[in-house]
Amino acid sequence: MNHTDGTLIDVLQFLFMGIQRGSIYAMVAMGFNMIYNATGIINFAQGEFVVLGGLMMVSLTMAFNLSIVFAFILTVLFVMVAGILMERLTINPVKEPTVLRLIIITIAVSIIIKGAAMCFWGKGSHYMRHFSSSESLDFYGATILPQTLWIFAILFFLVVAYVIFFNYTMTGKCMRACAINRDAARLAGINDRKMVMLSFALSAGIGAIAGIIITPIIQMDYTRGAMLGLKGFGAAVLGGLGNSMGAVFAGILLGILEALGAGYISSHYMDAIALVILLLVLFIRPSGIFGSSEAMRLKEF
Amino acid sequence: MKGKNSAGFLVLIISIILIPFLVTNDYYLGVLIFTAFNCLASIGLCLLMGYAGQISIGHGAFVAIGAYTSGILTAKFAWSPWIAMLCGVLLVIVIAFCLGIPALRLKGHYLAMATLGFASIVHIVAVAAVDLTGGPSGLVNIPRLDFFGYVLNSDKQYFYFSWSVVALGVYIAFNLINSRVGRGLQAIHGSEDAAASLGINITSYKVQVFILSAVFASVSGSLYAYYMNYIDPGPFDVSYSVLLVTMVAVGGLHNIWGALIGAIFLSLLPEFLSFLSDYLQLLGIEYQPDYDTLVYGGILLTIMLFLPEGIFVSLVNAIGFVKASMKKLAGKKFSGGSAGREQ
Amino acid sequence: MSNSILELEMLRKNFGGVVAVSDLSLHIEQGSITSLIGPNGAGKTTIFNLVTGFLEPSSGQIRFSGRIVNKMKPHTIASIGIGRTFQNVQIFPKMSVIENIMVGRHLRSRAGIFYSCILPPFLRKEEKRIHEAAEEQLHFLDLAQYAHTPAGSLPLGNQRMLEIARALALEPKLLLLDEPASGLNARETIAMGELIEKIKQMNITVLLVEHDMELVMDISDYVAVINFGRLIAQGPPAEIQENKDVIAAYLGE
Repeated sequence: MNHTDGTLIDVLQFLFMGIQRGSIYAMVAMGFNMIYNATGIINFAQGEFVVLGGLMMVSLTMAFNLSIVFAFILTVLFVMVAGILMERLTINPVKEPTVLRLIIITIAVSIIIKGAAMCFWGKGSHYMRHFSSSESLDFYGATILPQTLWIFAILFFLVVAYVIFFNYTMTGKCMRACAINRDAARLAGINDRKMVMLSFALSAGIGAIAGIIITPIIQMDYTRGAMLGLKGFGAAVLGGLGNSMGAVFAGILLGILEALGAGYISSHYMDAIALVILLLVLFIRPSGIFGSSEAMRLKEF
Repeated sequence: MKGKNSAGFLVLIISIILIPFLVTNDYYLGVLIFTAFNCLASIGLCLLMGYAGQISIGHGAFVAIGAYTSGILTAKFAWSPWIAMLCGVLLVIVIAFCLGIPALRLKGHYLAMATLGFASIVHIVAVAAVDLTGGPSGLVNIPRLDFFGYVLNSDKQYFYFSWSVVALGVYIAFNLINSRVGRGLQAIHGSEDAAASLGINITSYKVQVFILSAVFASVSGSLYAYYMNYIDPGPFDVSYSVLLVTMVAVGGLHNIWGALIGAIFLSLLPEFLSFLSDYLQLLGIEYQPDYDTLVYGGILLTIMLFLPEGIFVSLVNAIGFVKASMKKLAGKKFSGGSAGREQ
Repeated sequence: MSNSILELEMLRKNFGGVVAVSDLSLHIEQGSITSLIGPNGAGKTTIFNLVTGFLEPSSGQIRFSGRIVNKMKPHTIASIGIGRTFQNVQIFPKMSVIENIMVGRHLRSRAGIFYSCILPPFLRKEEKRIHEAAEEQLHFLDLAQYAHTPAGSLPLGNQRMLEIARALALEPKLLLLDEPASGLNARETIAMGELIEKIKQMNITVLLVEHDMELVMDISDYVAVINFGRLIAQGPPAEIQENKDVIAAYLGE
């Protein structure tokens, strides 16, 4: 094998890894966007939904030996219930909501979920069996795990479902209406509080899916929420806050940049790469790479 | 400082003087010294959260920068601890300036995410830059503070010193709040449009307060390094930044005393919980220190849902309410018209 | 006009496809009281926001005392001598009445954050001057008895007075009042009219948006009528009352 080939294979390998990580960031970012669009707040507990999904799936598959499909559905439902509870118990009752107060509330919820996860699942990281084989496949010299293919497939499925939901179903259209102008939507007879609850449920569900599919690769532990949430937020900002399709591309881009950075710069600073990109975007182009700056000025969070 | 605030300040000073006579146990004195560091950082954060209406989830990073600048310059380059502390402050001013200007020029809470990202980066660097920071195994041989050769050796001396700095911090904070700049900040909090129409440069003010609050954090970090004589990245992870936010929010966002009380309360809480766990064990409940996180989260959530002004202001209001009802019950004539205002 | 303090030249503001102000040219004479009138949504408040820097013009020019102020931020515009009030009163509700006015002295004092923290003696003197100036404003507007009341608990009429007092503390050359009489009763409206005339005597030019026609015709030196973002008439009150276009605009065509 000559040198050029080796480099190309490396690049291909990093690309796979990048898209795999990026898919998770994309899903976390979609979760951020749903709640942001419905309420105008950034949910600091978003990363904890991912952790909750991953750890619940570990228990159901490894301790209770449920089938992957059944455990998958149960886990998503469980985390969605957690999301609904969060909205009903901590967001909905607030009489005079200020953004600062709501943000601190989501921080409180994230501390509670993190603490609860530590108490239930312990401090160690958890192994989970892969969806199908854990043997790497060979792809033009680079290797790829079947689990990674699952991740690509599920992200693709989620994006399609997202587009159908928000463009072709009544509920989805109502949610979009609320995001654009809540007062007008309310006048049109849409129950905006219900839409907020739904946004938390869906956002928790997407987070859970991200946690479930990544756990076989990274081995989940209770501390991962903050970093996953932060990088997911980076993807959300990069794609233009509130723009979920932008977030998907931005998430994958962020993953690829991170993988390339880890490969060619330094693996010690791998986690810092996505964060530096987050800061640069916030400072240079806060509207994101796909957003317009005019729309940005109108939105507040 | 005027009226009730100067009375409060007097209580603070007297407590500082008396406590070492009451608390003779070295362990608890140590806990109270850590409390002072938290108080200092919380006062700064309170100025930012309560008066500029912005939230920073990265103040732990400024504490870390203060600690590491002090640690590295003294342990590796044998600089004077005082000069090293000053360097930490200057570095933090520059960083807070660079971080604050772009984030605060935007509407909303970009600062929250920018500071959270920044805090994570600082932690990663503290772990990974082994040559500079000692990495996970930490940095040793940091000297104690001295005054012209008189070294602060005992915990009692350090207690007095660190709490004097806290008192100075409180004094500075109240000076600021009741000054032209402080009125400008309160105005911004009341109505940004009206404040701008009176010539107040809103972004500039927010950035200045952000810098000031970061300076408080940096000094707190330096004091920590000189007290421990050793630092490692462990205590400076993102959860420390979140803890600082919790302290301010629990005590009271818009009140310096609130922040101080919140910081003291949450700093002493783990001690209280471990004390309590002995009794819970008698009742057959197994309490473990691991549950602390849950308790913190629960307290923060409860306060934010039911007492958004924080425990301090709620307590003051409750006392005022009780007083008023007692006056009513006693049938005495109570003064009508406008009552004086807190703060 | 050589003695005009504020000149709007072909001023235009679009919001998306909506034209709020359309190629408007208007000169405000130094030392006058000029009223902007017109139906709701005619673009009067937009003009205020353009002049005070809260909005940036899409095209055209705004000159204040000969300086182009198009791109200036609100706080810079305040610093060159334009004060304003808001249609929906914007006081600082949690601060006391006197503190509200002391904020108005912001540009007439200098203490920065560093000195404010350590409060050196010369700063105490400055604080005293700020306090005295604020008290003077309080007496001027008959608000002295409320000095230490939280501003948010004042009745609306006094809140409007306070807002004007605060803007006057700025010592502006030009004062923009956005519907100062709205929500006021007849007696308060008369007091407001007297106040505006007193402000004029202090050699402060007043630009007024107001719906109370009696007040407008009573105190204004000039009236400018705006409809659909365009200037349809301007002149002394008596002339405007006779103007056919104006009558048509108000009664609807």
